[in-house]
Amino acid sequence: MRDALILRVISKFLIPVIMLFALYVQFHGELGPGGAFQAGVIMASAFILHMLVFGLEPTRRIVPVLWLRILSAGGVLLYGFVGVAGLLLGGNYLEYNVLGTSPTAGQHVGIILIELGVALTVASTMILLTFTFADWSRR
Amino acid sequence: MTALYVALSRDLLAVVMVFSAYSLLCAGMFMVLDAADVAFTEAAVGAGVSTILMLLALRCCPRHERPAGRQWLPIVVVVLTGATLVYGTLDLPQVGEPGNPVHQHVAPRYLEDSGREIGIPNVVTSVLASYRGFDTLGEAVVVFTAGLGVWLLIGTVRRRREP
Repeated sequence: MRDALILRVISKFLIPVIMLFALYVQFHGELGPGGAFQAGVIMASAFILHMLVFGLEPTRRIVPVLWLRILSAGGVLLYGFVGVAGLLLGGNYLEYNVLGTSPTAGQHVGIILIELGVALTVASTMILLTFTFADWSRR
Repeated sequence: MTALYVALSRDLLAVVMVFSAYSLLCAGMFMVLDAADVAFTEAAVGAGVSTILMLLALRCCPRHERPAGRQWLPIVVVVLTGATLVYGTLDLPQVGEPGNPVHQHVAPRYLEDSGREIGIPNVVTSVLASYRGFDTLGEAVVVFTAGLGVWLLIGTVRRRREP
Protein backbone atom coordinates (compact mmCIF):
# COMPACT_ATOMS: atom_id res chain seq x y z
CA MET A 1 0.00 0.00 0.00
CA ARG A 2 3.06 2.21 0.12
CA ASP A 3 2.51 3.47 -3.43
CA ALA A 4 -1.02 4.71 -2.90
CA LEU A 5 -0.54 8.45 -3.22
CA ILE A 6 -4.07 9.44 -2.25
CA LEU A 7 -3.96 7.32 0.90
CA ARG A 8 -0.60 8.75 1.91
CA VAL A 9 -1.67 12.36 1.47
CA ILE A 10 -5.05 11.92 3.12
CA SER A 11 -3.65 10.01 6.07
CA LYS A 12 -0.98 12.68 6.57
CA PHE A 13 -3.85 15.14 6.96
CA LEU A 14 -5.92 12.81 9.10
CA ILE A 15 -3.37 11.54 11.61
CA PRO A 16 -2.83 14.89 13.39
CA VAL A 17 -6.59 15.46 13.48
CA ILE A 18 -7.14 12.01 15.01
CA MET A 19 -4.46 12.70 17.63
CA LEU A 20 -5.97 16.08 18.44
CA PHE A 21 -9.39 14.46 18.76
CA ALA A 22 -7.92 11.86 21.10
CA LEU A 23 -6.48 14.59 23.33
CA TYR A 24 -9.83 16.40 23.24
CA VAL A 25 -11.66 13.24 24.28
CA GLN A 26 -9.12 12.66 27.03
CA PHE A 27 -9.27 16.12 28.57
CA HIS A 28 -12.92 16.79 27.85
CA GLY A 29 -13.96 13.47 29.38
CA GLU A 30 -15.13 15.08 32.59
CA LEU A 31 -17.43 17.49 30.75
CA GLY A 32 -18.85 15.44 27.89
CA PRO A 33 -18.93 11.86 26.74
CA GLY A 34 -15.58 10.20 26.46
CA GLY A 35 -12.71 9.34 28.72
CA ALA A 36 -9.43 7.60 28.97
CA PHE A 37 -10.39 4.30 27.33
CA GLN A 38 -11.86 5.96 24.27
CA ALA A 39 -9.03 8.48 24.05
CA GLY A 40 -6.45 5.73 24.29
CA VAL A 41 -8.07 3.73 21.52
CA ILE A 42 -8.40 6.80 19.27
CA MET A 43 -4.77 7.74 19.87
CA ALA A 44 -3.75 4.18 19.06
CA SER A 45 -5.83 4.24 15.89
CA ALA A 46 -3.79 7.20 14.62
CA PHE A 47 -0.64 5.09 14.85
CA ILE A 48 -2.42 2.05 13.44
CA LEU A 49 -3.50 4.11 10.42
CA HIS A 50 0.10 5.17 9.98
CA MET A 51 1.14 1.53 10.13
CA LEU A 52 -1.46 0.46 7.58
CA VAL A 53 -0.48 3.15 5.10
CA PHE A 54 3.27 3.49 5.55
CA GLY A 55 4.16 -0.01 6.72
CA LEU A 56 5.28 -1.59 9.95
CA GLU A 57 8.93 -0.55 10.00
CA PRO A 58 8.48 3.26 9.67
CA THR A 59 5.87 3.24 12.43
CA ARG A 60 8.11 1.15 14.65
CA ARG A 61 10.84 3.73 14.18
CA ILE A 62 8.44 6.43 15.41
CA VAL A 63 7.22 4.49 18.46
CA PRO A 64 9.81 1.91 19.49
CA VAL A 65 8.38 -1.29 20.93
CA LEU A 66 10.45 -0.88 24.09
CA TRP A 67 8.74 2.45 24.82
CA LEU A 68 5.36 0.89 24.26
CA ARG A 69 6.11 -1.87 26.73
CA ILE A 70 7.34 0.61 29.32
CA LEU A 71 4.32 2.89 28.80
CA SER A 72 1.80 0.08 28.92
CA ALA A 73 3.14 -1.13 32.26
CA GLY A 74 3.76 2.44 33.42
CA GLY A 75 0.12 3.44 32.96
CA VAL A 76 -1.08 0.66 35.25
CA LEU A 77 1.70 1.48 37.73
CA LEU A 78 0.71 5.17 37.68
CA TYR A 79 -2.85 4.16 38.47
CA GLY A 80 -1.70 1.92 41.30
CA PHE A 81 0.61 4.54 42.73
CA VAL A 82 -2.19 7.12 42.82
CA GLY A 83 -3.89 4.67 45.15
CA VAL A 84 -0.72 4.26 47.21
CA ALA A 85 -0.32 8.04 47.38
CA GLY A 86 -3.81 8.18 48.87
CA LEU A 87 -2.68 5.63 51.47
CA LEU A 88 0.46 7.60 52.31
CA LEU A 89 -1.49 10.82 52.74
CA GLY A 90 -3.76 9.16 55.26
CA GLY A 91 -6.77 8.05 53.22
CA ASN A 92 -7.97 4.75 51.87
CA TYR A 93 -6.57 3.10 48.76
CA LEU A 94 -7.70 5.10 45.70
CA GLU A 95 -9.32 7.75 47.89
CA TYR A 96 -8.63 10.98 46.05
CA ASN A 97 -10.01 13.41 48.61
CA VAL A 98 -6.65 13.65 50.39
CA LEU A 99 -4.64 14.39 47.25
CA GLY A 100 -5.51 18.09 47.00
CA THR A 101 -6.12 21.07 49.22
CA SER A 102 -9.88 20.46 49.24
CA PRO A 103 -11.73 17.17 48.65
CA THR A 104 -12.98 18.30 45.24
CA ALA A 105 -9.54 19.45 44.16
CA GLY A 106 -8.16 16.11 45.35
CA GLN A 107 -10.77 14.30 43.31
CA HIS A 108 -9.79 16.31 40.23
CA VAL A 109 -6.09 15.52 40.70
CA GLY A 110 -6.79 11.85 41.25
CA ILE A 111 -9.14 11.50 38.30
CA ILE A 112 -6.81 13.31 35.90
CA LEU A 113 -3.87 11.14 37.00
CA ILE A 114 -5.67 7.82 36.75
CA GLU A 115 -7.22 8.79 33.41
CA LEU A 116 -3.73 9.56 32.18
CA GLY A 117 -2.60 6.15 33.39
CA VAL A 118 -5.50 4.36 31.72
CA ALA A 119 -5.02 6.26 28.45
CA LEU A 120 -1.29 5.45 28.38
CA THR A 121 -1.94 1.77 29.03
CA VAL A 122 -4.77 1.46 26.53
CA ALA A 123 -3.03 3.36 23.73
CA SER A 124 0.32 1.62 24.06
CA THR A 125 -1.22 -1.82 24.51
CA MET A 126 -3.39 -1.38 21.41
CA ILE A 127 -0.41 -0.27 19.32
CA LEU A 128 1.66 -3.12 20.76
CA LEU A 129 -1.08 -5.65 19.94
CA THR A 130 -1.31 -4.40 16.38
CA PHE A 131 2.45 -4.45 15.92
CA THR A 132 2.65 -7.97 17.29
CA PHE A 133 -0.15 -9.25 15.06
CA ALA A 134 1.22 -7.48 12.00
CA ASP A 135 4.67 -8.86 12.65
CA TRP A 136 3.33 -12.35 13.24
CA SER A 137 1.03 -12.44 10.24
CA ARG A 138 3.70 -11.65 7.69
CA ARG A 139 6.02 -14.31 9.07
CA MET B 1 -29.57 -9.36 10.21
CA THR B 2 -25.86 -8.54 10.26
CA ALA B 3 -25.44 -10.95 13.19
CA LEU B 4 -27.15 -13.69 11.16
CA TYR B 5 -24.82 -13.02 8.25
CA VAL B 6 -21.81 -13.22 10.56
CA ALA B 7 -23.01 -16.57 11.88
CA LEU B 8 -23.89 -18.08 8.49
CA SER B 9 -21.28 -16.76 6.06
CA ARG B 10 -18.18 -18.78 5.27
CA ASP B 11 -16.18 -15.91 3.82
CA LEU B 12 -14.17 -14.73 6.82
CA LEU B 13 -13.14 -11.41 5.27
CA ALA B 14 -16.77 -10.52 4.66
CA VAL B 15 -17.59 -11.66 8.19
CA VAL B 16 -15.03 -9.26 9.65
CA MET B 17 -16.41 -6.39 7.59
CA VAL B 18 -20.03 -7.13 8.47
CA PHE B 19 -19.08 -7.54 12.11
CA SER B 20 -17.60 -4.05 12.03
CA ALA B 21 -20.86 -2.72 10.59
CA TYR B 22 -22.71 -4.63 13.32
CA SER B 23 -20.61 -2.88 15.98
CA LEU B 24 -21.36 0.47 14.39
CA LEU B 25 -25.09 -0.33 14.44
CA CYS B 26 -24.75 -1.30 18.11
CA ALA B 27 -23.06 2.02 18.76
CA GLY B 28 -25.98 3.79 17.10
CA MET B 29 -28.38 1.78 19.26
CA PHE B 30 -26.52 2.77 22.45
CA MET B 31 -26.66 6.36 21.27
CA VAL B 32 -30.42 6.08 20.85
CA LEU B 33 -30.56 4.74 24.42
CA ASP B 34 -28.69 7.90 25.55
CA ALA B 35 -25.55 5.99 26.56
CA ALA B 36 -23.09 8.23 24.76
CA ASP B 37 -20.01 6.93 26.58
CA VAL B 38 -20.80 3.31 25.79
CA ALA B 39 -21.60 4.18 22.17
CA PHE B 40 -18.27 5.96 21.91
CA THR B 41 -16.40 2.94 23.22
CA GLU B 42 -18.29 0.53 20.97
CA ALA B 43 -17.59 2.65 17.88
CA ALA B 44 -13.91 3.11 18.68
CA VAL B 45 -13.08 -0.38 19.95
CA GLY B 46 -15.67 -2.63 18.32
CA ALA B 47 -15.93 -1.04 14.90
CA GLY B 48 -12.41 0.37 14.72
CA VAL B 49 -9.49 -1.31 16.40
CA SER B 50 -10.83 -4.84 16.77
CA THR B 51 -11.65 -4.93 13.04
CA ILE B 52 -8.03 -4.11 12.26
CA LEU B 53 -6.84 -6.77 14.70
CA MET B 54 -9.14 -9.38 13.17
CA LEU B 55 -8.00 -8.45 9.66
CA LEU B 56 -4.38 -8.84 10.72
CA ALA B 57 -5.16 -12.18 12.31
CA LEU B 58 -6.98 -13.20 9.12
CA ARG B 59 -3.78 -12.78 7.16
CA CYS B 60 -2.42 -15.92 8.83
CA CYS B 61 -5.32 -18.22 8.08
CA PRO B 62 -7.28 -19.20 4.96
CA ARG B 63 -9.96 -16.78 3.87
CA HIS B 64 -12.80 -19.27 3.67
CA GLU B 65 -14.06 -21.35 6.51
CA ARG B 66 -14.07 -25.08 5.83
CA PRO B 67 -17.64 -26.28 5.38
CA ALA B 68 -18.55 -28.36 8.39
CA GLY B 69 -21.33 -30.91 8.56
CA ARG B 70 -24.59 -30.03 10.27
CA GLN B 71 -24.00 -30.32 13.99
CA TRP B 72 -27.23 -30.54 15.89
CA LEU B 73 -26.02 -30.66 19.49
CA PRO B 74 -24.59 -27.10 19.51
CA ILE B 75 -27.71 -25.61 17.94
CA VAL B 76 -29.94 -27.41 20.45
CA VAL B 77 -27.79 -26.11 23.34
CA VAL B 78 -27.83 -22.57 21.95
CA VAL B 79 -31.57 -22.52 21.32
CA LEU B 80 -32.29 -23.95 24.81
CA THR B 81 -30.00 -21.39 26.49
CA GLY B 82 -31.55 -18.57 24.49
CA ALA B 83 -35.07 -19.71 25.30
CA THR B 84 -34.18 -19.91 29.01
CA LEU B 85 -32.76 -16.41 28.96
CA VAL B 86 -35.79 -15.02 27.14
CA TYR B 87 -38.03 -16.83 29.65
CA GLY B 88 -36.02 -15.18 32.44
CA THR B 89 -36.56 -11.72 31.00
CA LEU B 90 -40.34 -12.15 31.29
CA ASP B 91 -40.05 -11.51 35.03
CA LEU B 92 -37.98 -8.36 34.59
CA PRO B 93 -39.71 -5.04 35.29
CA GLN B 94 -40.57 -2.73 32.41
CA VAL B 95 -37.49 -1.03 30.94
CA GLY B 96 -37.22 2.61 31.93
CA GLU B 97 -39.74 2.57 34.77
CA PRO B 98 -38.54 4.89 37.55
CA GLY B 99 -39.36 2.44 40.35
CA ASN B 100 -37.06 -0.29 39.04
CA PRO B 101 -34.43 -1.61 41.47
CA VAL B 102 -31.66 -0.50 39.10
CA HIS B 103 -32.76 3.11 39.52
CA GLN B 104 -33.19 2.86 43.28
CA HIS B 105 -29.88 1.31 44.36
CA VAL B 106 -26.91 3.69 44.15
CA ALA B 107 -27.88 5.64 41.05
CA PRO B 108 -29.85 8.40 42.84
CA ARG B 109 -26.96 9.02 45.21
CA TYR B 110 -24.48 9.26 42.34
CA LEU B 111 -26.76 11.57 40.39
CA GLU B 112 -27.53 13.85 43.33
CA ASP B 113 -24.24 13.96 45.23
CA SER B 114 -21.52 13.50 42.63
CA GLY B 115 -21.68 17.16 41.62
CA ARG B 116 -20.92 18.22 45.17
CA GLU B 117 -18.48 15.43 46.07
CA ILE B 118 -16.48 15.20 42.85
CA GLY B 119 -17.22 18.49 41.14
CA ILE B 120 -17.40 17.08 37.63
CA PRO B 121 -20.39 17.50 35.30
CA ASN B 122 -20.13 14.06 33.64
CA VAL B 123 -21.46 11.56 36.16
CA VAL B 124 -20.16 8.65 34.09
CA THR B 125 -16.60 9.87 34.57
CA SER B 126 -16.97 10.36 38.30
CA VAL B 127 -18.52 6.92 38.76
CA LEU B 128 -15.91 5.29 36.55
CA ALA B 129 -12.87 7.03 37.95
CA SER B 130 -13.74 7.72 41.54
CA TYR B 131 -16.63 5.74 43.03
CA ARG B 132 -15.66 2.64 41.06
CA GLY B 133 -11.92 3.28 40.99
CA PHE B 134 -11.09 -0.31 41.85
CA ASP B 135 -13.07 -1.63 38.89
CA THR B 136 -11.35 0.74 36.51
CA LEU B 137 -7.97 -0.27 37.91
CA GLY B 138 -9.01 -3.84 37.18
CA GLU B 139 -9.96 -2.90 33.62
CA ALA B 140 -6.62 -1.23 33.04
CA VAL B 141 -4.88 -4.33 34.37
CA VAL B 142 -7.00 -6.49 32.04
CA VAL B 143 -5.96 -4.43 29.01
CA PHE B 144 -2.33 -4.60 30.07
CA THR B 145 -2.55 -8.36 30.68
CA ALA B 146 -4.13 -8.89 27.25
CA GLY B 147 -1.24 -7.07 25.59
CA LEU B 148 1.28 -8.95 27.69
CA GLY B 149 -0.37 -12.27 26.91
CA VAL B 150 -0.41 -11.69 23.14
CA TRP B 151 3.17 -10.53 23.22
CA LEU B 152 4.32 -13.54 25.23
CA LEU B 153 2.34 -15.96 23.05
CA ILE B 154 3.21 -14.81 19.54
CA GLY B 155 5.62 -11.91 19.92
CA THR B 156 8.46 -14.00 21.25
CA VAL B 157 8.03 -17.14 19.16
CA ARG B 158 9.24 -15.55 15.95
CA ARG B 159 12.52 -14.51 17.42
CA ARG B 160 13.43 -18.05 18.43
CA ARG B 161 12.64 -19.48 14.99
CA GLU B 162 14.58 -16.97 12.93
CA PRO B 163 17.26 -15.52 15.16
